[in-house]
Amino acid sequence: MTPSDNTTMQNILSGDYYTNNFTLSPAAEGDTLVLNLGPQHPSTHGVLRVVVELDGEYILKAEPVLGYIHRMHEKMGEVKTYAQYLPNMGRVDYLHALAWNWAYVAAVEKLAGVAVPLRAEYIRVITCELNRISSHLLWWGAYLLDLGAFTPILYAFADREKIMDILQIVTGSRLTYCYYRFGGVSADITPDFIDMTREFVGYMRDRLPMYKTFVTENMILRGRCVDIGVLSKEMAVRYGATGPVLRGSGVAHDTRKIEPYSIYDRFDFDIPVGKNGDAMDRYDVRIAEIQESLRIIEQALATLPAGDYLNPDVPERITPPKGEVYFAVEGARGKIGIYIVSDGGIKPYRLKLRAPGFSNLHLFAELSQGTILADAVSILGSLDLVIPEIDR
Amino acid sequence: MMSQLLSYLSLPLVHLILSLVVILAFLGVNGIVLIYVERKVAGFIQRRPGPYEVGPWGLLQPLADALKLLSKQLVTPMGADKILFWAAPILSFAPVVICFMPMPVSPMFTGMEMNLGLILILAFTSLNVLALCLAGWSSNNKYSLLGAARAVSQSVAYEIPLLITVLAIAFQTGSLNLSEIVASQTKGIWSWNIFVQPIAFIIYIIAVTAETNRAPFDLPEAESELTAGFHTEYAGMHFGLFFLAEYSYMIVVCAVATVLFLGGWHGPFLSGPFWFILKTYALILVLMWFRWTFPRVRFDQLLNICWKWLIPLSLINLVLTALLVKIVR
Amino acid sequence: MKIMTNYSNAIKGLLGLLKGLKITGVEFFKPQLTIHYPRKEVTNLATYRGHIDLVAKEDAPLEPKCIICGKCAEVCPSACISMEMHVKGEQSFASPAECRTITVGHGIEIPFSGLRLPPAEVIERELDSFNLDYNYCSLCGLCVQICPVGSLTFSKDSYLAGTARKNFEFDLLQRLRERSRRSSQTTTAQEKR
Ligand code: SF4
Ligand code: SF4
Repeated sequence: MTPSDNTTMQNILSGDYYTNNFTLSPAAEGDTLVLNLGPQHPSTHGVLRVVVELDGEYILKAEPVLGYIHRMHEKMGEVKTYAQYLPNMGRVDYLHALAWNWAYVAAVEKLAGVAVPLRAEYIRVITCELNRISSHLLWWGAYLLDLGAFTPILYAFADREKIMDILQIVTGSRLTYCYYRFGGVSADITPDFIDMTREFVGYMRDRLPMYKTFVTENMILRGRCVDIGVLSKEMAVRYGATGPVLRGSGVAHDTRKIEPYSIYDRFDFDIPVGKNGDAMDRYDVRIAEIQESLRIIEQALATLPAGDYLNPDVPERITPPKGEVYFAVEGARGKIGIYIVSDGGIKPYRLKLRAPGFSNLHLFAELSQGTILADAVSILGSLDLVIPEIDR
Repeated sequence: MMSQLLSYLSLPLVHLILSLVVILAFLGVNGIVLIYVERKVAGFIQRRPGPYEVGPWGLLQPLADALKLLSKQLVTPMGADKILFWAAPILSFAPVVICFMPMPVSPMFTGMEMNLGLILILAFTSLNVLALCLAGWSSNNKYSLLGAARAVSQSVAYEIPLLITVLAIAFQTGSLNLSEIVASQTKGIWSWNIFVQPIAFIIYIIAVTAETNRAPFDLPEAESELTAGFHTEYAGMHFGLFFLAEYSYMIVVCAVATVLFLGGWHGPFLSGPFWFILKTYALILVLMWFRWTFPRVRFDQLLNICWKWLIPLSLINLVLTALLVKIVR
Repeated sequence: MKIMTNYSNAIKGLLGLLKGLKITGVEFFKPQLTIHYPRKEVTNLATYRGHIDLVAKEDAPLEPKCIICGKCAEVCPSACISMEMHVKGEQSFASPAECRTITVGHGIEIPFSGLRLPPAEVIERELDSFNLDYNYCSLCGLCVQICPVGSLTFSKDSYLAGTARKNFEFDLLQRLRERSRRSSQTTTAQEKR
């Protein structure tokens, strides 16, 4: 049946092409309810749409529908020069923009053989980790909002605001940063920045126990997270999940440790891993990661070398030699990979973005099967999805 | 003239109508006040100012909201059952008015003295669920339907421990008349039932939070799962009535809690009504505090809490009370 | 035994809930974090980065440092910058209508079409207008970074607001001149006082 056959009002009302052609789950017996979660739904954070088939409140089948904010970032890479593509990176994943910045500049640097001054590497580590904390904080608040607690998100925002103030000093913006450049960063960090960051590290350390008693140890929250959405190691690997989702399942895979890029091998930090792979483990991993990031920032600030923040020899118009390159960094949501093919011109020949959220989302269809609707919301939240990143 | 008026007042019908009018006026004002208070409480807990712009300290904000709701078009969704859709909000609000009739605000001032006052209140508060069910069913919306289904099973479950705990109090006083229950607690603060029956009080508070669909038990309108639950399709004053009903039920259950556990009008220095209202609003503040602190429980957990914890506990409480009453008497 | 652990767990859980209540209760009495905009201002405006602006020469506050090399227009990812100019001296003998106006930066493909301006030493030119279409600007800062003479900077115009696209199409040259005229007026006014 095509949409044009649906002439009666009732048929038009019953849904769009997608829902009308939704294949019901074979497990369905009798009446089931096909429900659209999204694209405008409070728990899908943005414009993700999940079509779920419900039996009562139990989910028989869930299908994520993507593409509502597809912006052709990959294609745009082919029509812009290497430098002109920089601002795009802040818009792929607006919550951890600096990791995308980093993945891209590092890929181009690797391809073009551009050296990065040591100070710039330190600055990158500090700012990227700060950004990671802010991303985790936002996730924390939004996840609790999904679970019906209204207040934590505002506490998280109060803390996140401090990070944004700090990053604003050097990047000039508060969300979609475009800070890294080929061969360094666009502005040096100021003494102000260093003081505020030091202060923030202490502040955040004091703040975390409050989060713990307020939320993590809360009986109701544990009831909503523990043993919900148990993701086995094997399944996480099968779907190519990365980041806290994979680590929550007990795989100690962190790009910063496994393929240490930049100067991450100089810092002493742990990879928090979970045991059961349930939503609570993913939650704990992220909270622990905030602490690890604070540790990294502290070490980096203590050993910050003097020097250039930008390699002065980088040409204005960078033209990497013919070839291809892949570079991966660890973002807040997982492994961010950028693959560039160059034909030696001023624009990339082909550019591919690997968004961690894309793999993490597709777990959801299998993971949510047989769970209750409220758990599905909890699972969806625990995957920490940023839809622009998935749709690119 | 004055004496004539007073003699009119003693007529049961006049008395009834007058109290109805007073209650309606009170509920309207109460709704507005509670919306303001709730938003301020939420704001302060979240370290923001809450309503701020309309009027001094945002005092006129709820009025502005009410005006907005009043002036909005009442939309009936296509495919909805018109009659039921329109009836549901009214049905949700109307029973609350009755619930106030037997409330002993002070020894002198009670809408209607009734021997079965407690039963009447419990009976009429439970009518609310019917309205929610109708609203969900008639909206022709899947979210509403799910919300309604949740509302029904939740209310059915929580009615039971509520009744049993209330029964324990009634055993203890030997009366279902609210005034008498209060009168039995006027021998100093330690005679308040909250100290005599602390478990009953806790169970009561949990049960009424669920009964009034307040967070952390606000499952019928859980916005992160069901967008807005049973009132997804309601706009304008229809929605306003649901809202008003929610706040009115809150004040009913808190007033009953005041009567049952906090000694009603009893208190030093000040006159009865003042204490009564003070205690009621203090309880409401506690419920608001809950709402802005806790995450939402899951639906099956909610039922688990009820069937596995509250009902057995309240039964034990009831048996113990009965035994003690037997021994003491 | 199981029942006992069950009960102790429940009591622990309830105590945990009370702790949560305590936290929100304490926060209730803490001062608010909101900064109420029209009445107060946030403190971090100093690091705000608004739209770009031209920088004047130190000795001539009405003239920008810009040497019209066109690099900023070329590098801009969103093609927000375009400028109009004429070759120096031409205006003096021809009527303005006849003078050669060159426009640079009209869309994304122009920078790569091989059209690069000859260096400033070869043809001397003067700026007529320096247009910024702020609607498309992503505030990436590439133009500021690439400018060889430091003629571009970020403004601190944090309260910029408008109701139409036109409100965000600026002629930066004009803005620069107005700005320096205003500042010179205020300084003279101050001197008089
Ligand atoms: S800041 Fe970036 S987008 Fe804006 S005008 Fe400059 S180069 Fe163009
Ligand atoms: S890069 Fe600088 S000098 Fe060149 S045209 Fe732009 S503003 Fe003028």
